[in-house]
Amino acid sequence: MRELSNAACIVGAAESDEIGTLPDKSPLSLHLEAIANAVDDAGLTINEVDGVFTAGQYTPASIGEALGITPRYVDGTYVGGCSFMILVGHALAALHHGLCDVAVVSHGESGRSRVGGPRARDQSLNGQFDFVYGFYGAPTYFGLIATRHMHEHGTTLEDWAQVAVSTRAWACLNPRAKFRDPITVADVLNSRPVCYPFNRFNICLVTDAGGAVVLTRPDRARDLKKPPVFVRGAGEGTEHVLMTQMKDLTFSQATRIAGEKAFRMADVGPADFDHVMLYDAFTAGPPIMLESLGFAPPGEGVAFFADGRSAPGGSLPTNTNGGGLSYTHTGMYGIFPIVESVRQLRGECGPRQVPDVGLSLVNGMGGMLSAAGTLVLANEA
Amino acid sequence: MQQSLDRPLPAPITPEAEPYWEGLRNGKLMLPSCEKCGPFFYPRVLCPTCHSRDISWIEASGKATLYSFEIAHQSLNPNFKVPPPYVLALVELDEGPRLLTNLVDVEPDPAALKCDMPLEVVFERLTDAITIPQFRPVGAKASGGGA
Repeated sequence: MRELSNAACIVGAAESDEIGTLPDKSPLSLHLEAIANAVDDAGLTINEVDGVFTAGQYTPASIGEALGITPRYVDGTYVGGCSFMILVGHALAALHHGLCDVAVVSHGESGRSRVGGPRARDQSLNGQFDFVYGFYGAPTYFGLIATRHMHEHGTTLEDWAQVAVSTRAWACLNPRAKFRDPITVADVLNSRPVCYPFNRFNICLVTDAGGAVVLTRPDRARDLKKPPVFVRGAGEGTEHVLMTQMKDLTFSQATRIAGEKAFRMADVGPADFDHVMLYDAFTAGPPIMLESLGFAPPGEGVAFFADGRSAPGGSLPTNTNGGGLSYTHTGMYGIFPIVESVRQLRGECGPRQVPDVGLSLVNGMGGMLSAAGTLVLANEA
Repeated sequence: MQQSLDRPLPAPITPEAEPYWEGLRNGKLMLPSCEKCGPFFYPRVLCPTCHSRDISWIEASGKATLYSFEIAHQSLNPNFKVPPPYVLALVELDEGPRLLTNLVDVEPDPAALKCDMPLEVVFERLTDAITIPQFRPVGAKASGGGA
């Protein structure tokens, strides 16, 4: 496994031309814009792409077809929003073995405008055992995790609110973020109740957007347009899909498994990171990820947000793009934290740039902490 | 999708789960059970612990505790029309398995709800074919209300 460490680099990263509310763009257009922009960011051409990796509404064959290329390696692993972190790990392995030479991982989703119809995914078990009670959509499930965490660890509504406040402080520095006004804990507690323990500001945006990253092997990466970002470690894991099957709601086994694998591949630990991206569909997600990844003992992940370590100027800058909570969240958010990590490692982030980022963690979840993908990214091998 | 008055009916009923739904029609909470490892949920053709195919069905006691809960202030499903607020619950049966369900006969207020509080099953008949298990705090008086 260690031989995969640094075997490939991210050489291009981009969003679609616009993100936000885009009723005139199909999700396929969002894919294609993001791929074109990411390939251009790398200084490559679409005709050089021979590996296509995507998750969701479109198969890799559809993306290849739309690009007018005939890829020789494809992967459509689809386990929710962290699929894109996992696909970067799969691209790393494929590149290492010469199964492709230039890999694209892409996402496009009309989460807000719903152009192009619903995504097809089997929900027969949810349809049989959940929906009759009023469960439906992520905000009716994730709160179960937060309520149990509050019971076992004494976590409070104020603690969860701190995650939204810290993340918004970063969004204020990102001109592409949807919400750019500072908020307080009181603002979160007074926002519209949706599903206790979560109010509106505990829950991510719903937007239309695409994103993509391009990877190739280091020998080629060094000659391209931008400084390469090395994939030093990658890991994945899954535990459950249905909430009845998650053994301990306060701790994500999938995240632990993914993180341990990525850290072992990269030969790093939690203390080594300069910058962190944690998939924030809900405010309870990032603290529980920090606990499950070993950054904090169970129950103490919220302290990173309450004491300012996560915020601008803090010692562990977290979700510096403004996160799913304030920047953008299409439904499967995972490509966007990867793009932000690449930009931070290159030093491209302007007012929100964290000084001297050498090592960055990207951790994603699929479903309700059901699946996880972890990446360790670095600006040198 | 077939509709009851205010809830989307469970659909599709998978063949493996027929005994569960048949039990509910008869006022019994039935669970699939491995001969060696005991009951589990949801119904499937092998035991998720030891992977034995030797599965039978047992009747659960109906006693449970509240593992976790939420209070819905809006419905995200256009087919779910019970007026909010109502309690969404994850309960742990005394036999071990957990179910998603609703709490009834209790105020939908965090002050009235506590994780690990004892619960008992009540059966809500939706149609001739579908009865669902819901739970109420032990000792609660039936109000006829709740979700």
